[in-house]
Amino acid sequence: MNVLGKLAALGALTLVAACSNNDPSTWGSGGAGGSGALAPGSVSDPRSPAYFQQAVGDRVLFEVDQSTLTPAAQATLQAQAEWLMANPDYTATIEGHADEQGTREYNLALGARRANAAREFLVSRGVAGNRLTTVSYGKERPIEICSEESCYAKNRRAVTVLTGSTTG
Amino acid sequence: MMKFLTSLFLGAALLAAPVHAQNQPLRIIIDEGVIEPMPFAVPDFVPDSPAAADYAREITRVVASDLTGTGLFREIPSDAFISPVSSFEASVQFADWKAINAQALVTGAVNVSGNRLSVRFRVWDVFSGAELGDGLQFAGTVDGWRRMAHKVADQVYSRITGEGPYFDSRVAFVSESGPKDQRRKRLAIMDYDGANVQYLTDSSSIVLAPRFSPTGDRLLYTSYETGSPRIYVLDVNSVKRQVLPTQEGTMSFAPRFSPDGKTVLYSLAQGGNTDLWRMDISTGNSVRLTSAPSIETAPSYSPDGSQIVFESDRSGTPQLYIMPANGGEATRISFGKGRYGTPVWSPRGDLIAFTKQSKGRFHIGVMRIDGSEERLLTASFLDEGPTWSPNGRVIMFTRETQGASGRSTLYSVDISGRNLRPVRTPDGGSDPSWSPLLN
Repeated sequence: MNVLGKLAALGALTLVAACSNNDPSTWGSGGAGGSGALAPGSVSDPRSPAYFQQAVGDRVLFEVDQSTLTPAAQATLQAQAEWLMANPDYTATIEGHADEQGTREYNLALGARRANAAREFLVSRGVAGNRLTTVSYGKERPIEICSEESCYAKNRRAVTVLTGSTTG
Repeated sequence: MMKFLTSLFLGAALLAAPVHAQNQPLRIIIDEGVIEPMPFAVPDFVPDSPAAADYAREITRVVASDLTGTGLFREIPSDAFISPVSSFEASVQFADWKAINAQALVTGAVNVSGNRLSVRFRVWDVFSGAELGDGLQFAGTVDGWRRMAHKVADQVYSRITGEGPYFDSRVAFVSESGPKDQRRKRLAIMDYDGANVQYLTDSSSIVLAPRFSPTGDRLLYTSYETGSPRIYVLDVNSVKRQVLPTQEGTMSFAPRFSPDGKTVLYSLAQGGNTDLWRMDISTGNSVRLTSAPSIETAPSYSPDGSQIVFESDRSGTPQLYIMPANGGEATRISFGKGRYGTPVWSPRGDLIAFTKQSKGRFHIGVMRIDGSEERLLTASFLDEGPTWSPNGRVIMFTRETQGASGRSTLYSVDISGRNLRPVRTPDGGSDPSWSPLLN
């Protein structure tokens, strides 16, 4: 996705977050319930949450019913790990999501698997485990709403949402 | 001869009418292949006074709606009636009802005195001219008029079909509004037919899958109130809720009560792995029931509490398994092509209802507890989450439509696969849980 596309997506996500957010300590645009109140800063500032979301890439995508990290996902998570190591004040929640093809309960469990796969990769690259929590939204928080693979592919995701500062 | 048995309603025991040794030729056997709905007439119940007139008319309409809603009965419209029923005590003119081909006739009367209301009724086999069962009376407060109507309809239904009653029951569900990517969910409860909706939570947090206690006074559900899915127990009357204790850093969901109401089965996700646990609800102590790297979720007890049916992907795809209530070796019961989920044991104990995903479609189905005689009852873009009526005859479930404007609606279907129909709710609805029969 190009930067414009990402910005457009960010705009849509911020709207979602504004409707459901009830935790003012969370930052970012995870596209789910617990994100998004604080200004993400400028994308041109490499230490900003906006930079993490858009330049580093805050999300990785999965194949149908899989929690295995693709090479592209590993590359994104590698960059996330480097950013998190360089910005040790931030903690993060990794949100696991599923597309709508599956039962509610199974998708919650599948989202947990995906979030954990991303977390384990970050930990394996040196990010302290106590900086990373996980949550699954199952199929409850799609970002794309068509019932086609083009949308499903974007909904099968793990999003790393910056949640605050360990020193703050 | 016209002596009535009175049963006090709401807070007092329902006295059953004595069974008379008589032939009951008026009968619908539901398991027959094709059923022609039985034509019946239910003339407006006779009000004892002008104050009872509105109640009498409304109660009659609810009785008719309950019966026709089963798909087993067809109401003969009142404009076809030959003679009006203006007195409940007067003898029935069977020839007039035969002439319009009414096979069953329900007559009734309503009395209102202050805030007390009573309904008395009789069920007639028109062709034999015999009464089916005895006249019966329900009494309570005027507020309870709809429940009294459901109780009358339950009696008519049970006497004619031989099946257990189910109209006097409620359904807890998730009320949904807004588009898919901004959906707001609230816990709600209503009469089984969609009337009297009450909201139990606001929409500030995602809420999922309410489950009734065996006595219908509590609900388990999953909420993101703390940011992560956790299980809550809610008192239906006081609407007070309490979070169940859980381990730090875990997610818990898919709860269900044991038949004695003392234990909760649930799924706990920890380190990406989801297993089944059991909690003693009075102490909060949990015991782990499964320990596998696969996903184990959606547990449901057998009615006697001795076994648990659940969903697991240990074979590579989600399938259904049964294990002893204390855990241990599980036996796979689903072997058809496709993915199986959300198994629910029927209140009669003989069937498992489930969600099946096959070739891009979703189905609600039933199978015997050994996995045999699988029958798919529905098919659509997305059907899921079955719940059983108290008598084990009807299944309610969620149907979500396709695409950007997709919407969730509650549907019900007979276990024969007949009579698929939407349940009207003010907004969208999902995750129904059918209560036991009310007292």
